[in-house]
Amino acid sequence: MNRPNFFRRRKTCPFVGGAEASIDYKNVKLLNRYISERGKIVPSRITAVSGKKQRELSRAIKRARFLALLPYAVK
Amino acid sequence: MAYYETVFIARQDILTPQVDALIETFEKILKSHGGQITKKEQWGLRTLAYKIKKNRKGHYVLINIDGTPEAIHEMEKQMRLHEDILRFLTIKVEALEEGPSFMMQNKDRDEKFTRQGRSTNEKQTTHPSSNSSLEPIEGKPE
Repeated sequence: MNRPNFFRRRKTCPFVGGAEASIDYKNVKLLNRYISERGKIVPSRITAVSGKKQRELSRAIKRARFLALLPYAVK
Repeated sequence: MAYYETVFIARQDILTPQVDALIETFEKILKSHGGQITKKEQWGLRTLAYKIKKNRKGHYVLINIDGTPEAIHEMEKQMRLHEDILRFLTIKVEALEEGPSFMMQNKDRDEKFTRQGRSTNEKQTTHPSSNSSLEPIEGKPE
């Protein structure tokens, strides 16, 4: 009885509990994982980041953008 | 006193000793207004993600400050007037970071990679977001 796997277990937030990487505008390597190829911030429904952490992330990404560590847009 | 973290970007065609001189001038300004620098960190000449005032590169400097709002205000005023400063960002923090920031940690690692004979160019061409854990959650369509 192999039912098609409709309900995949929802991924949990990578920042809550366990190995916590600190979200910081200087940590460009981490922030790079949460922007698309166009330079946009990836929505949390894709990355499964919790709401609180997503806000922290977006703040950090915007700061990094201001300092030209990350691009605003990639053409 | 409150803790602050300032990052500023200096023009690409000034020399490293001039960057040191810049830091010194701001340190003097801070001191005269009741503040002190607890940590200075130079990230070196980095490529900017986009052009700022026709510059493609810039000297990045991070300073941690323990000081009064007046000192910060005065320092920012001077930075705004300074021609060699492309951009600056001051953030109030709860606690000052101890030890090297992420930027320096990554730098150390990059240097190690190059020493092992891995080209840094190769790393830049592969897009960073491609290797991540970003694969979309498949599930029932809403």
